Amino acid sequence: MTELALHTQPVAGAMPAFRATVGAAELRGLCEQTRAQKARLVALWGSDETTRGGGYALHLALALGSGLLWLTLPLAREHPRYPSIADIYPCANRMQRATYDLLGIHAQDSPDQRKWVRHRAWPGGVFPLRKAFPIGTSFPPSDDRYPFVKVEGEGVHEIPVGPVHAGTIEPGHFRFSIVGEKILRLEERLCYTHKGIEKLFENMTLAEGARLAGRVSGDSTVAYAWAYAMAVEGATGTEPPSRALGLRAILLELERIANHLGDLGYLGNDVALSFGFFQFWRLKEDLLRLQGELFGHRYLMDQVVPGGVARDLPRDQAERLLARLEQIQSEVVALKAIYDDHAGAQDRFVMTGQVLPELAEKMGLVGFAGRASGIKHDLRVDYPVLPYQQAGVRMATHTRGDVAARVSVRFDEMFESMRLVRTLASQLAPGAIRAPLADCIPGKCGVGWVEGWRGEVLIALESADANRIHRAHAHDPSWQNWPLLERAVLGNIVPDFPLINKSFNLSYSGQDL
Amino acid sequence: MYRLLKQIAKTGIVSEPPPHPDETLRQIDQQLGEVILRHFGRALAIRHVDAGSCNGCELEIHSMNGPYYNLERLGIKFVASPRHADLLLVTGPVSRNMELALKRTYAATPDPKLVVAIGDCGCTGGIFGESYASSGRVSNVIPVDVAVPGCPPTPIALMQGILTAISSGGRDRA
Repeated sequence: MTELALHTQPVAGAMPAFRATVGAAELRGLCEQTRAQKARLVALWGSDETTRGGGYALHLALALGSGLLWLTLPLAREHPRYPSIADIYPCANRMQRATYDLLGIHAQDSPDQRKWVRHRAWPGGVFPLRKAFPIGTSFPPSDDRYPFVKVEGEGVHEIPVGPVHAGTIEPGHFRFSIVGEKILRLEERLCYTHKGIEKLFENMTLAEGARLAGRVSGDSTVAYAWAYAMAVEGATGTEPPSRALGLRAILLELERIANHLGDLGYLGNDVALSFGFFQFWRLKEDLLRLQGELFGHRYLMDQVVPGGVARDLPRDQAERLLARLEQIQSEVVALKAIYDDHAGAQDRFVMTGQVLPELAEKMGLVGFAGRASGIKHDLRVDYPVLPYQQAGVRMATHTRGDVAARVSVRFDEMFESMRLVRTLASQLAPGAIRAPLADCIPGKCGVGWVEGWRGEVLIALESADANRIHRAHAHDPSWQNWPLLERAVLGNIVPDFPLINKSFNLSYSGQDL
Repeated sequence: MYRLLKQIAKTGIVSEPPPHPDETLRQIDQQLGEVILRHFGRALAIRHVDAGSCNGCELEIHSMNGPYYNLERLGIKFVASPRHADLLLVTGPVSRNMELALKRTYAATPDPKLVVAIGDCGCTGGIFGESYASSGRVSNVIPVDVAVPGCPPTPIALMQGILTAISSGGRDRA
């Protein structure tokens, strides 16, 4: 790691990653330095180190040019606290609040000290991710008052929406402040689907954790399973066979294609072009059925496992997959032309839900939504490890940052994924698809960092004894992008909210954990 | 507009029982239509509630509304409010943070009402089980008529679950 005057240790694994320990006094200065170098904050989380003779720890993952920097700040056992960095990295705010709710680690001087993950399931002053907290503990429902920011003035009123929504989507609460039809402010309250995933990891072995990782966010099961496998392989020193790497990338690109197909259909539906919904969902179903036949699971769950993949893709089956993709591609080309020419759809798409590049950069927008707002980052391009090194990913970008830009980037990324599947299939190395998982010594760490369809998924892992998990942090790109949805809707009319929301299609479960 | 119409004409009607296995599924299709006709006057209104799922089950609920399964042709429609619903389709596990919302949604649904719990997590709590954050299976929180296992259950399994709820629900609970 050359960007910072910092003593770092490389973290073994597929992606370039480094670890360093910092003191509380250096944290903010270091963050200001990385911010100035345009390094983005990927994740912020905490851990309980009292079983390893320490107190607590705060962890930061930063994306620098040379790789991922995993910073650890050791904290005292009594009153663990650290200086807030939310003014330097705005996306840190909710992560800091979540870290407090789960571990009791306090972000000093943060203007926003409201709870985030904790609703009514456990009372204040109780911290479920502390080692001394037994996972099965349950409490009578506690008080769940939450101070939303109130907008006042003549003609301003509030529309509360959720957690149970009108459509088939995940639960969350949206508080709109409206004047006339225009949105003055949107405030999100999430974490309704908090299921204790990180606590569950700590009761599992490294091998068992794979199934759970694949269920952090169901629509990104390949991305999470791969990130988890990568972290475990790094920690155990396991080398997955190169055929398995090629197959993983094929699975990841298929997941990207399937999600974009579904969302592009819904984006048509949301502008009263139900034609688009039925056409795209026909194509998505064509793909899902073949995936079910070839891999035994329509959504490819449990295909990526630590050490490799669960199933091979023999040549004749790969041919079937490529033929199906070719058929889908030719139809998507026709559908794109229809979307592009449809005055009604374009009228709703263009200049709706805009996030300009400057704001996107400041707030840390990631993934395809970031690329639609001029943020030119894609892990497959920035750190081209195998097999993407050979396949050579072409990044899709746009600068207008509106619904139309996100639609455009989604089309481009889908076509690119189809090309990648063809290339990857033709480059598949012969040989084994899975390596045995080596035993892990306690205190090893591993990083999994994968560009899922929505954006970068991170798994940061530390091992305990007997191949068990000391701490596994799963980070969804939705953490970064949810706050931008609040900004994207400003000045838009309420009826455009579903459209703007769908153009991002952020994960609740992945954020809520 | 010409291209749009051409695409519609070229696609034709694709709604059909899925290919695996063909004949049984055609039966389900017909049977489902008949049962709905008998009990619900050609209109069954479903309200979906995600009570804490990973979003996997939701993907298959969307698929049911796609052109191949085309649930709406059978008179089954997803509605925006529990007050308009005959049946709640609930995915789980029920997170403790969603427990109250689920109970309120159930209370807001007019009688007679049916509940179908979806997925391994809805049936048993699945991999998430019961913990400080999860109340586990849906039936731990509200009465359940039918539980459909699977991770996630296929659209066909979901349709079968709805059919089972309608046939048993008409007899036992209505």
